[in-house]
Amino acid sequence: MAARRPVVATPMAWLVWGVVLAFFIFLAGVIGSVVVSSFGTQWFDTWLPVGWTPKWYAQSWDEFTLLPVLIVTLEVSVLVVGISVLIGVPAAYVLARRSFPGRRLLYLLFLLPILMPPITYGIPLATVLYKYGFAGNLSGVVLANLVPSVPFVILTMTPFIEQIDPAVERAARMCGAGTRQVFTRILAPLLVPGILAASILVLVRTVGMFELTFLTAGPDSQTLVVALYYSMSAAGIRAQQSIDAMAVIYTSMMLVLLVLALRFVNPTQLVARVRDEGD
Amino acid sequence: MTAAATSRASTPATRPGHFETLRLDGVSRSFGGQAALADLDLTIRRGEFIALLGPSGCGKSTALNCLAGLLPLTRGSIWQDETRLDVLPPERRGFGMVFQNYALFPHLPVRKNIAFGLQMRRVPRAEIRRRVDEALRLVHLEEHAGKLPGQLSGGQQQRVAIARAVVLEPSLVLMDEPLSNLDAKLRLEMRTEIRRLHQSLGLTTVYVTHDQEEALSLADRLVVLRAGRVQQIGTPEELHTEPANWHVADFMGYRNLLPVRAGARQGAGITVEIEGQELTGTPVGDPAPGSEVIAGIRPEDLRIGPAGSTGVPATVEVVEYQGREVAVEARTDGGIPLNLRAVDRPAVGDRITVTVEPRRLLVFPADAR
Amino acid sequence: MTAINAATGGARPALRHRLAERGIDRQLLLLIPAALFVLILFIYPFLYGVGLSFQPTEGGALGAYREFFTDAYLRDTILTTLQLSLPAALLNVLASVPIAYRMRGRFRGKRLLTTLLVVPITLGTVLTAQGLLNFLGPTGWFNRTLLSSGLADAPVRLTNNYWGVFFSLVITGFPFAFLLVLSYLSGIDPTLERAAATLGAGRWQRFRRITLPLLAPGLATTFCLTFVLAFSVFPSAVLVGDPSGTTRVMSIAAYDAAYVRYDYPLASAVAVLMGVVELLVIAAVLGWRALLYTGSTAGGKG
Repeated sequence: MAARRPVVATPMAWLVWGVVLAFFIFLAGVIGSVVVSSFGTQWFDTWLPVGWTPKWYAQSWDEFTLLPVLIVTLEVSVLVVGISVLIGVPAAYVLARRSFPGRRLLYLLFLLPILMPPITYGIPLATVLYKYGFAGNLSGVVLANLVPSVPFVILTMTPFIEQIDPAVERAARMCGAGTRQVFTRILAPLLVPGILAASILVLVRTVGMFELTFLTAGPDSQTLVVALYYSMSAAGIRAQQSIDAMAVIYTSMMLVLLVLALRFVNPTQLVARVRDEGD
Repeated sequence: MTAAATSRASTPATRPGHFETLRLDGVSRSFGGQAALADLDLTIRRGEFIALLGPSGCGKSTALNCLAGLLPLTRGSIWQDETRLDVLPPERRGFGMVFQNYALFPHLPVRKNIAFGLQMRRVPRAEIRRRVDEALRLVHLEEHAGKLPGQLSGGQQQRVAIARAVVLEPSLVLMDEPLSNLDAKLRLEMRTEIRRLHQSLGLTTVYVTHDQEEALSLADRLVVLRAGRVQQIGTPEELHTEPANWHVADFMGYRNLLPVRAGARQGAGITVEIEGQELTGTPVGDPAPGSEVIAGIRPEDLRIGPAGSTGVPATVEVVEYQGREVAVEARTDGGIPLNLRAVDRPAVGDRITVTVEPRRLLVFPADAR
Repeated sequence: MTAINAATGGARPALRHRLAERGIDRQLLLLIPAALFVLILFIYPFLYGVGLSFQPTEGGALGAYREFFTDAYLRDTILTTLQLSLPAALLNVLASVPIAYRMRGRFRGKRLLTTLLVVPITLGTVLTAQGLLNFLGPTGWFNRTLLSSGLADAPVRLTNNYWGVFFSLVITGFPFAFLLVLSYLSGIDPTLERAAATLGAGRWQRFRRITLPLLAPGLATTFCLTFVLAFSVFPSAVLVGDPSGTTRVMSIAAYDAAYVRYDYPLASAVAVLMGVVELLVIAAVLGWRALLYTGSTAGGKG
């Protein structure tokens, strides 16, 4: 019955779908032009490039020394994810389960690094890291990226832990399980999906994080975004197409991460990083 | 710290076995200075079924959690025969517990849920298998053993929770409003089931509920709590016929609680005046003559006479069919609402006269609410 | 009294009990790594920066701030940043509402649509900037379409100015705002609207009188988060904008001061002011939000 209903849409519906369509056309144009350009031999004042070639990829791989950059990106992301989960999950557990004086203040403290523009704390943080000899190398990049990541893990894990019935832990104790057993046999298996989701979100954010890495990285500790930025802002020296090729490499890396992420979390979770705390 | 540590050390790996008596001695618990439970004294004998009864927020769940060890006591102590229990963590007390929302481990299938406690106690695998099978049979869940809790209905989840608690053969089973999430029909079935298990397995049970009917039908003894304090402890019969104060009466189904003024003492009885009619009642808790009192009468104890006979005249306002009898709400000429029962169905607007036997009219001192 | 008598070990167990009653016990130690971490790597550098901003090489304690407010090239960055971020955030939130309202139900392809929307968020501003330069540039597909369809006679300049940055903020910010609004909308019990319909409310009235008031706190939150994103714009303001003119935002000024002029006190002062301006806007929005109903959006018992 519903299927036979004639498709009649109100003007408002047309407008809404029109805007959505326009947005996607725009988006396709933005991404498409980068991809097309990266495969073109020469592209100037025509609809499409004159010819096609994959040579820019090889060129950008060599010119921008992408292999070490990718390795750095991987190292930074894995370290950031690991450390932020290790530090963040216990804190999220306490915040979710307990009420104690100063809880809201602490919550605010964890909220601030996410709310503040990275530049505002990135510059003093870089200065401090330089002072203690951390900046300009991998450890500095990792430390700087941890600043928003640890609170991010806390804020995504807290609601997740809250929806696990605390009576389950009490039930385990009544069954004779000690603290360690409650953790390993009951909590850990229940937390795995949440930890996985939080890790992937942190991974996506760390790979895409520009400002903090930019401010703390040295020549040997650039991640892919920062390398991309440097090559773009030094435009004119390199062929435009090899920059595009690098951008496509970055895009495909992000898309792989995205597909991976969406297996574990729903799209809204990728953006809803701050839980609405209510009152 | 030191006291607790030494007493914990002096009872290495206690596996408290079955007891003769379990004694709660002045057990109190407060939250941020607010007393949630004050001075609970109770002795539980082996094999008893005790119900903790009271409205929500009366402290009954606090009492249960203190007993379980899930909440530390603020004051008082708990003794199992001659062993002090309140210094032990919950996992060392050897009690079983059934939670209100069942608290099944969502990631473990039914069989593993039930086996969990046995695994914690390092019971040999073959014995775990045998005892879990037995527990599954006991709660009629043999064919659901491999399912996850999320795939079960509410009643089945409830059975798993009970099986998980009793499979350990605990010295005491604690139940925290286990039936409150079930529908009416299932609740009656499970009630019988719980009583059957209690008797056939020879369990000792402490059962928390806010449903007086449930408590009366299940328990050997009831503990009525209000605002953290014990109001009365007694058998169902004692509570039903001799409530200690009007709060307990309210809870025990005395739906007519009329604020009136006491008259004079007449031997063992006391008179009260309702709508100009002087009625004789039984005093409870020494109400002073001439003071404000509360007259408590159950709906089924009010008798309906024809208009004009001696008694309080009233007009029928609402009639509800309830199977073998009807529930009637009538209003006296002075505007006092009365709840009563009748076998013959009166019509709305009928004039009736209401009487009550002196021993069925309880007169309590009024107190500040 | 009894507590003290019972506590044979002295006052310590009683104190522990009292603390436990208030929810303080050893489990709270789990918080320490995270709290220390934020204190050392966020609060300390931030305060260090604040301290630094009051120690300029010349001009006394407030010298850096005085320099900021007297130098129009620096002072105007506040306005430039707000002119970019406020309209972008507002547009993103306002456009999201009707679209999310229409798409709040279930329909085929919803998952695909939301997935596609996540793409620009994951790409980030650097890649978007590169794409915008290609797509919106004078010889890009967009201008080519305008020219060949006769809508314009000369290429419209959309990159290396205000509009380039604005578009990049919309492309990354709109999906973000949309997904948030969608999640808030799905949290509102649909039976509330049906109840309103049975009471005679029309389509528009249902939206205006029921859904919108319940959605408003969520919109405020969404606006704040979108604004934070737009406010901290840095790479795209450099790459697709006009970093020395119309899109010289505060983050560029801060970066310039620190890494071009090596004037760390000034850079810190700009960073502090940036934080202050952002928090002022957020405080204003959240202050307004506090006036709204912010309770449950479910229809009855949970």
